[in-house]
Amino acid sequence: MGQVVLKGINKFYDSVHAVRDVNLQIRDKEFVVLVGPSGCGKTTTLRMIAGLEAISSGDISIDGNVINELAPMDRDIAMVFQNYALYPHMSVYDNMAFGLKMRKFGRPEIEKRVREAADILGIGELLMRKPRQLSGGQRQRVALGRAIVRHPRVFLFDEPLSNLDAKLRVQMRVELKKLHLRLGTTAIYVTHDQVEAMTLGDRVVVMKDGVVQQVGEPLELYNQPANKFVAGFIGSPAMNFAAVTVTEANGSLIAENSGLRIKLPDETAQRLRGHIGHEVTLGVRPEDLTVAGTADLDHPCFDAVIEVVEQLGSEILLDMKVGEGVMVACVEPTARVKVRDKLRVAMRSSRLHVFDAKTEAAI
Amino acid sequence: MIEGARWRKWAFFYLPMALFLLFLLFPFYWMVITSVRPDGELYRPWNSINYNPFWTWKPTWDHVRYLFEETLFASWLWNTTFIALASTAISLVCGVFAGYALSRLNFPFAGSLGTGIFITYLVPQTLLFIPLAEIIRNYRLGDTPWSLILTYPTFLIPFCTWLMMGYFKAVPKELEECARIDGASRWQAMLYIVIPVAIPGILSAGIFAFTLSWNEFIYALVFLSSPEQKTVPVGVTSELIRGDVFFWGPLMAGALLGSIPVAIAYSFFVEHYVAGLTGSVKG
Repeated sequence: MGQVVLKGINKFYDSVHAVRDVNLQIRDKEFVVLVGPSGCGKTTTLRMIAGLEAISSGDISIDGNVINELAPMDRDIAMVFQNYALYPHMSVYDNMAFGLKMRKFGRPEIEKRVREAADILGIGELLMRKPRQLSGGQRQRVALGRAIVRHPRVFLFDEPLSNLDAKLRVQMRVELKKLHLRLGTTAIYVTHDQVEAMTLGDRVVVMKDGVVQQVGEPLELYNQPANKFVAGFIGSPAMNFAAVTVTEANGSLIAENSGLRIKLPDETAQRLRGHIGHEVTLGVRPEDLTVAGTADLDHPCFDAVIEVVEQLGSEILLDMKVGEGVMVACVEPTARVKVRDKLRVAMRSSRLHVFDAKTEAAI
Repeated sequence: MIEGARWRKWAFFYLPMALFLLFLLFPFYWMVITSVRPDGELYRPWNSINYNPFWTWKPTWDHVRYLFEETLFASWLWNTTFIALASTAISLVCGVFAGYALSRLNFPFAGSLGTGIFITYLVPQTLLFIPLAEIIRNYRLGDTPWSLILTYPTFLIPFCTWLMMGYFKAVPKELEECARIDGASRWQAMLYIVIPVAIPGILSAGIFAFTLSWNEFIYALVFLSSPEQKTVPVGVTSELIRGDVFFWGPLMAGALLGSIPVAIAYSFFVEHYVAGLTGSVKG
């Protein structure tokens, strides 16, 4: 079992309020990712769960028992660090066996568990080597092995893939996912990389300035972001935002600014009735913008000038000037476009997001 | 390295290097040559025809023999070794623990305490020996090895603490945190993880402390009085300079034999020592 509950967690460093009233329920066997920009309190939260950082106020419990005052060693957790934290003076085998030795396991049991973990991770041949003789990926595996030999209730990962090169990171990401499916141990994973968060997490917790912005399944965050920050943080390339004013004309609502004039679809209009005459922020994902063709007549369209064309092979990213602002569109690779082209862009208005201009909350 | 023509390498690298080496090694050479020259050559006036201070054709062991047979040099050597080892051991143990505490445990005033310890190191021994002499006298430790074993740590502990503090700071904190999650107490994490990783730093602190106490002069001069209790630096200078007579041969032989253990300590640990100074721990 490994059910983790955070109730009203706060952390102060002198006058800095690093983590603000975090409430979180992590189910057994769940893979939860904490994601956010650096300094958002995600690592501090993880370290409080590990017991490496004191909790200023609130309760953390595992399987119903409050663990606020327990030493890290008594919490039955394992942690993988960004810099691997392998013991440099010990062989791979001893690194993995250290936790078991400390817990007074018998030699045959230690041997069995280390072999087992080494087989799972494919590092059976490296057991006698020292950490400095290993590559980055191998070190990461040893660090994982050291965590899994202990059969803990919860795994904690602190940006474990950040020190790997891009290709290896993708590969290890898949392996982590497989490992979790195989072991089924509850995992809490901290990263600043939204792609890692989306691909690994059963649920994702987006944090900013110590405050949880939204908790949800990856697609939920993508499709229904709770506020402008989550909308801009999740998804790559990032969502386009435009400040617009809502006006009424002929019974339908129009959103407009210097370069944009869009008739809002009925469903969105319903929600914006109360904002007529006010400014709101319009959000549209690059993939919901297309080069307007004949089929797009019923979609709202606007004019844009292409400033940069980024060929990615599978798609083209267009950096466009729209009125005073800029927008990025992600279009089909077959689109014939070049820099300084004037373009008519269609917007899939059913997937439009609207945010309050002041509170930034989704409307 | 210097790039370019070969003469540049000679002019800007090998030549200055050779001059520097010559400058550094000349005292040792002088020591060696003087300790094996017969007295007849040593006290020959400078304007005599066969005056040749840099070489001898008749090397002799007389001075070394004199040192061991006519003086207490063997006991001085033993005293110095014992005192240096004992005070180094005490200072290392204290320095390692203090350095660890100051660099890792977050307690109030840790920073200012660290600076305070360093400042005590800056108080000159030429001032400190006066109150220390009073203490030594009160505890009746005068003229015993303990008068030095217990006073050397007054400058060795701050030194070791400061060195170890810097070294422990370079050891990634995650190593220890990981050990503590793995099931080690703070004490065990220090014993099994941090200290083994810090061995190069501990060795360099040890060598430095050993050298400092081996060469120490003023406390040894003040606190020890009987010839059989003296250390090499004090024994050699007080027993081999009588009035205005310098026994150059035995004096230099004593200095040479006194510096050999330190030279051995340095060359034996040099790899660890350099690694210790540059900090070689990487995750």
